[in-house]
Amino acid sequence: MRPHELLTPTPAGLYCPPADVYIDPVRPVARALITHGHADHARAGHGAVLATRETLGIMAVRYGEAFTTARQEAAWGKPLHIGAVSFTFHPAGHVLGSAQIAVEAGGLRIVASGDYKRAPDRTCAAFEPVRCDVFITEATFGLPVFRHPDTAGEVAKLLDSLALFPERCHVIGAYALGKAQRLVALIRDAGYDRPIHVHGAMEKLMGFYEANGVPLGETRKVAAADRKTLAGEIVICPPSAVQDLWSRKLPDPVTAFASGWMRIRARARQKGVELPLIVSDHADWDDLCATIREVGAPEVWVTHGQEDALVRWCALNGIRARPLRLAGYGDDGEAEGSGDLPDSRGASDER
Amino acid sequence: MSADLNSFAWLLDRLAYEPRRNGKLALMTDYFRRTPDPERGHALAAMTGQLSFANAKAGLIRTLIAERTDPELFALSYDYVGDLSETVALMWPATRARDGIGHNLPAPTLAAIVAGLADADRRALPAMLAGWLDQLDETGRWALLKLITGGLRIGVSARLAKTAVAGLGALPVDAIEEVWHGLTPPYEALFAWALGEGPRPEADDPAPFRPAMLAHPMEDADFERLDPAAFSAEWKWDGIRIQASSGLDAAGRRVTRLYSRTGEDISGAFPELVEAMAFDAAIDGELLVLREGRVQSFNVLQQRLNRKTVSARLMAEFPAHIRAYDLLVDGREDIRALPLAARRQRLDALLQTRKPARFDISPELPFSTWEELVAARAEPADVGAGADADAIEGLMIKRSDAPYVPGRPKGLWFKWKRAPGLIDCVLMYAQRGHGKRSSFYSDFTFGCWRTGETGEELVPVGKAYFGFTDAELAELDRFVRKNTINRFGPVREVTHTATSGLVLEIAFEGLQRSTRHKSGVAMRFPRIHRIRWDKPPGEADRLDSIERLMAGATPARSSEPEG
Repeated sequence: MRPHELLTPTPAGLYCPPADVYIDPVRPVARALITHGHADHARAGHGAVLATRETLGIMAVRYGEAFTTARQEAAWGKPLHIGAVSFTFHPAGHVLGSAQIAVEAGGLRIVASGDYKRAPDRTCAAFEPVRCDVFITEATFGLPVFRHPDTAGEVAKLLDSLALFPERCHVIGAYALGKAQRLVALIRDAGYDRPIHVHGAMEKLMGFYEANGVPLGETRKVAAADRKTLAGEIVICPPSAVQDLWSRKLPDPVTAFASGWMRIRARARQKGVELPLIVSDHADWDDLCATIREVGAPEVWVTHGQEDALVRWCALNGIRARPLRLAGYGDDGEAEGSGDLPDSRGASDER
Repeated sequence: MSADLNSFAWLLDRLAYEPRRNGKLALMTDYFRRTPDPERGHALAAMTGQLSFANAKAGLIRTLIAERTDPELFALSYDYVGDLSETVALMWPATRARDGIGHNLPAPTLAAIVAGLADADRRALPAMLAGWLDQLDETGRWALLKLITGGLRIGVSARLAKTAVAGLGALPVDAIEEVWHGLTPPYEALFAWALGEGPRPEADDPAPFRPAMLAHPMEDADFERLDPAAFSAEWKWDGIRIQASSGLDAAGRRVTRLYSRTGEDISGAFPELVEAMAFDAAIDGELLVLREGRVQSFNVLQQRLNRKTVSARLMAEFPAHIRAYDLLVDGREDIRALPLAARRQRLDALLQTRKPARFDISPELPFSTWEELVAARAEPADVGAGADADAIEGLMIKRSDAPYVPGRPKGLWFKWKRAPGLIDCVLMYAQRGHGKRSSFYSDFTFGCWRTGETGEELVPVGKAYFGFTDAELAELDRFVRKNTINRFGPVREVTHTATSGLVLEIAFEGLQRSTRHKSGVAMRFPRIHRIRWDKPPGEADRLDSIERLMAGATPARSSEPEG
């Protein structure tokens, strides 16, 4: 079997013809395998969903229990057979429950890695390299300028600012799933033990992480009446809320944003960020390159992000590579549906 | 915090993102407190523009990165980032601590870099620079590259950096200004003094800067409160506030300096004035360009500003002049404690006896009632300003018995500007503000009508972000959110047709031709004077009326009063 007969890009998403399933389809399909719970990968309305227990749980939190007609839990590392094809879920280190899916048939193994990172993160299982014939990699930060610094330094930046401006509220924009919880964990690990205040949109996911064995300390939902009283506190909210009416009542806020995009100054400035925190749930350039070497695949397919540079790097290193033009995933990778990203591309900031 | 370039880079990084003055001050004072000598002194020098590295240019940086990266990957990266120093800082191949095989070389200090660059010959420079880049982190590399290419844009003036030093203890910043020009990096004595750990540094500079006395705007209510007999008046010239300071050093050599209002030494740009200053004195006055005795507009003066050096042709074409209005030091005597009337007499006497070329005195206007001044302000030409009337932006009203007090003391000096120009414009775009205003659309771009190829169209003529109250801002913000028709990043386009949209009455201080603006016009100090919720956009002003204003002498109400 040749690779494109096992997995092939279609308008609905990555399709596996011999098993008749899609991976992370962007339209409702009969049978979907989902790598992780971000909205551009996990959509509601499929006939049947196969995903890790955590991802199924996250989808239920976000879309309600009726997000799919039938569901099946994928166990870590245990091959599951659909016809002649076997599917194995391996940790991707991106967010809680995030998986790479190894697709295997007739001696050919393709790993669809979804979104992944290699930096340490105690809120989810660490990425597990899987040797394969074809590696499908994301390229959200696929340019050599994206080198995520040590997260401890970024959290120190936040705590320093809090010490220097104790009368100001520090409001941090962070994606509701994954980033927000990781940020809380990092702040806790730096020794901060006061309650951390969170936007209503992320309250349930905080609880879900806690229930799944990720201790986050005390997080409190921000009620409308409380906003004025949050001087000197840390508030985490979705990026869209930072620059919107929601944050207006916060006392003299310092505007922070936790994202890999904060590496680029023009980008941070364009968003009016005063305290950029470079904290990303995606692999940076060095980790993308290291991972490609580690899985040893002679062929690499590059998807959502900066495909060109990574394809070029593969060529320089004697690895066959091509961009996989899949539509429907956030241009920014970290976007969880357009509502979360007030960005130059014009996503609404009021939804 | 370790005192190396990475920690200074951390400060620069935070300053670059911090929009607020007080925020910047807190960051800098904190840095100065935590960082030992001489590192903090070199940092102060860098932030006050006292460091310059002539050898390191963009070409060298390009060469270094080309030796280390694939050209195609560099091109893709540079294209994405859009800034050479930043791209190189991020792409520079460095081993990361996380990989566990990194170097253990300490990062260089700013002091070492300053010393290294001062000593290095051109051939040694590339290897030295590459060595430092290897030892720094991403932010450290960015700061180093910005420092050596002179592109440090962190929104910190020299004055603000000195204010941060003053914040270490109880010194007023003006006390620092008085000794500043006699000091050199790394300013150890200054820091000791500011921290209360040492004496005032000896100011043996014979021509120091003395912080300027500033005025408050005259309010209508002031006229009823103030007695005209206690005040004197003079024209407010539309030039640049300047301090001409000159004296002899210990060896008897003349030291002569021209300072801007903020204490920046701008002598290099005005050699003809420096040459004229063969007196021992410190004169406060206005820098102007005079042609055949006539004061030229601010526009003309601008040709001479922001230059490090100046050509003979430029000096001939734009002859500089100082119109003096105060004397701070007469010979060796500091006379700032004397009343204004006495200082003016001394100034007059000095100019009469020394007769320095390119200096004259700004005349006082005789008046006995405020009404007379109202008339003078309205028509300067009628009360002796003659052909210079165009270069007058209003009146200065000063208490005759007041000493010269640095800063902006209350009740002593007033500025009373001529009525600003007013035009009605249509709101076209809005952008979110910073800091407290980051959730508000508070930067407004507005336009006037003109006849374009496809009929009547609006062309942007300016941008304003103040002039409104907080309540008005909330209303403007609501209007923008409800009437958005397009988004470009942080900018929203709001509806602006002849029948729907918002008219803003814009006040401004002056107009000049500009090739940088689509409309061909640039406004000075535009601000929102009134929000005309009542006026249909179709009735806003046309570009022609602005052009007429520009052709005419004085800005005035451009459209007919409402009927």
